[in-house]
Amino acid sequence: MIYGSRMSGLLYLSPYLLGLAVFTLFPFVASLLLSFSDYRLQDPVSAAQIIGFENYQAMLHDRTFGKSLLVTLVYVFLTVPLKLAFALFIAFVLNFRLRGIGAFRTAYYLPSILGGSVAIAVVWRYVFAGDGLLNQAFVLMGAAPINWLGEPAYAMGSIVLLRLWQFGSAMVIFLAGLQGIPTDLYEAARLDGASAWQVFRRITLPLLTPVIFFNFIMQVIQAFQEFNGPYVITGGGPLKSTYLLPLMIYEEAFKYFEVGYASALSWALFVLVALFTALAFRSSKYWVFYAQERGEGDKS
Amino acid sequence: MTRSSVQLAGVSKQFGPTRVLGGVDLRIEPGEFIVFVGPSGCGKSTLLRLIAGLEEPTAGRIHISGRDVTHTHPSKRGVAMVFQSYALYPHMSVAENMAFGLKIQKSPKDEIDARVRRAAGILQLEALLDRKPRALSGGQRQRVAIGRAIVREPDVFLFDEPLSNLDASLRGQMRVEIARLHAQLGTTMIYVTHDQVEAMTLASRIVVLNGGRIEQTGTPLELYHRPANLFVAGFLGSPGMNFLPAQLMSHHSQAVTVGVRPEHVALCTSEDGLPAEVALVERLGGEALAHLRIGGHAVVAKLAGDIALAARDTVRLQIDARHCHFFDGQGNAMTAPA
Repeated sequence: MIYGSRMSGLLYLSPYLLGLAVFTLFPFVASLLLSFSDYRLQDPVSAAQIIGFENYQAMLHDRTFGKSLLVTLVYVFLTVPLKLAFALFIAFVLNFRLRGIGAFRTAYYLPSILGGSVAIAVVWRYVFAGDGLLNQAFVLMGAAPINWLGEPAYAMGSIVLLRLWQFGSAMVIFLAGLQGIPTDLYEAARLDGASAWQVFRRITLPLLTPVIFFNFIMQVIQAFQEFNGPYVITGGGPLKSTYLLPLMIYEEAFKYFEVGYASALSWALFVLVALFTALAFRSSKYWVFYAQERGEGDKS
Repeated sequence: MTRSSVQLAGVSKQFGPTRVLGGVDLRIEPGEFIVFVGPSGCGKSTLLRLIAGLEEPTAGRIHISGRDVTHTHPSKRGVAMVFQSYALYPHMSVAENMAFGLKIQKSPKDEIDARVRRAAGILQLEALLDRKPRALSGGQRQRVAIGRAIVREPDVFLFDEPLSNLDASLRGQMRVEIARLHAQLGTTMIYVTHDQVEAMTLASRIVVLNGGRIEQTGTPLELYHRPANLFVAGFLGSPGMNFLPAQLMSHHSQAVTVGVRPEHVALCTSEDGLPAEVALVERLGGEALAHLRIGGHAVVAKLAGDIALAARDTVRLQIDARHCHFFDGQGNAMTAPA
């Protein structure tokens, strides 16, 4: 009987397990193996030679990789705090009990559904193009047009903005976190004479740290993986100023057919993300506050 | 801490179309322990929150120590509140919770420490000062919540059903502690509860609320012995007062309701006694509650614990007229008829 139910359980899980095996586990293992090979996309796999750590050593001398790594780190360091702050701000505003607040919440969430898509990136490119919407507006107001996508600093700004625009999912999680803070605490703080800023700083923010932590981890991982924005809008340029690592991995594999090297790059990115995540978890005990012990209910 | 009066004049509160309180007038003398009691939804918590300043009245004025505080910020009213949920800041230690208000007001550090230590001493919290609320039991959390109020040295303490989250034995214990605290501090206290035992044991005066109105105000014994109407008579006392329909022969057969408390219903052997049938006997040890039927009406009698009585017995009852309450058709108490 137990055996039977276990089998039927596995059967229900099988579509997911199959997908996991084919699309996650297999590429995961394959890319690790390929990263130690000189496999090129146009050759048969059987022609690939094991070359040990050569790909990883090559990375150390590859100035493009150095540049790409730097650009990626700048991108992550810019987008993650900005996006978290922006999402928290919007969540805070949308947490007020106002008439029609549900409609506002939906409206603010919409960009997140669309924001990551190629279509929006295309729209974005149109907005920031030399004769794009933004410059047309500038000209109308009598200002000189700006070469948004041609100047390295502005180009990075454009793809950072595109990412900020997708604040919805982080915002929804912040909103849930804000709504989980008991109103009694705010009332107690009011009686204690705390100002709105003091309440936010001393009550809301500390109680929100688990949610901030979760959002931080998710945003770091997502930012390291950003591809669509720079690929469609800037193509990594100008002067590789928006050449994020995922873009470099893509080009190494599918433009230069250096799958072995691209795999090694992927693993370098994976280690980087893992490192940042581990650091975040390590630091969490100093700044993340959990109101309850694990497994403890709200018994009194 | 000073002893302050609280005065409510025509205080009303409406939430949208719902009227929660209608024209409440009440004067609370300095040092009194006032208990607002009433069924759920009677407006007692709203009244407390209006005094705290957490809600604004729709109409009427609120004075504390003679000062009009109707539109004064909660922190400037000289009140401290103990919440039903304790509302302790979960990320702060016990000491930080107690000190928070004083820190916000930028009190000197020495004074904050001294006040926190004094409050901790009163409530025996010294050993817990470094703990976080999650590491405390329900009773300890409640004491911290009270400590946080004491530290502020308010003119008026407000308690919003502070014991309702505790189990019965702890509730009894905390009740005694709160009574002791009032005796020790002498500060005006306003306490909301739906538990009449808390109301009876703690209050110097009880305010019975129903449907957003004050039904009666008075000392616990006044309310118990001289209820102004059927509602108060039925609400206070456990088990509740027995009510029987009757006609007053001396008043042209006026239809009235006679109320008698279970402890004033006695058994008798005389043939003049009211015949009744025993439906059920609940034995509580020291006393027994006999559920009786007189005609079609249920009556509860509080009798000696070892009384020899069983279901389906027939007994005769004696009710002392001096202990009977009479209520007119509107439910208002009548002076005892001759």
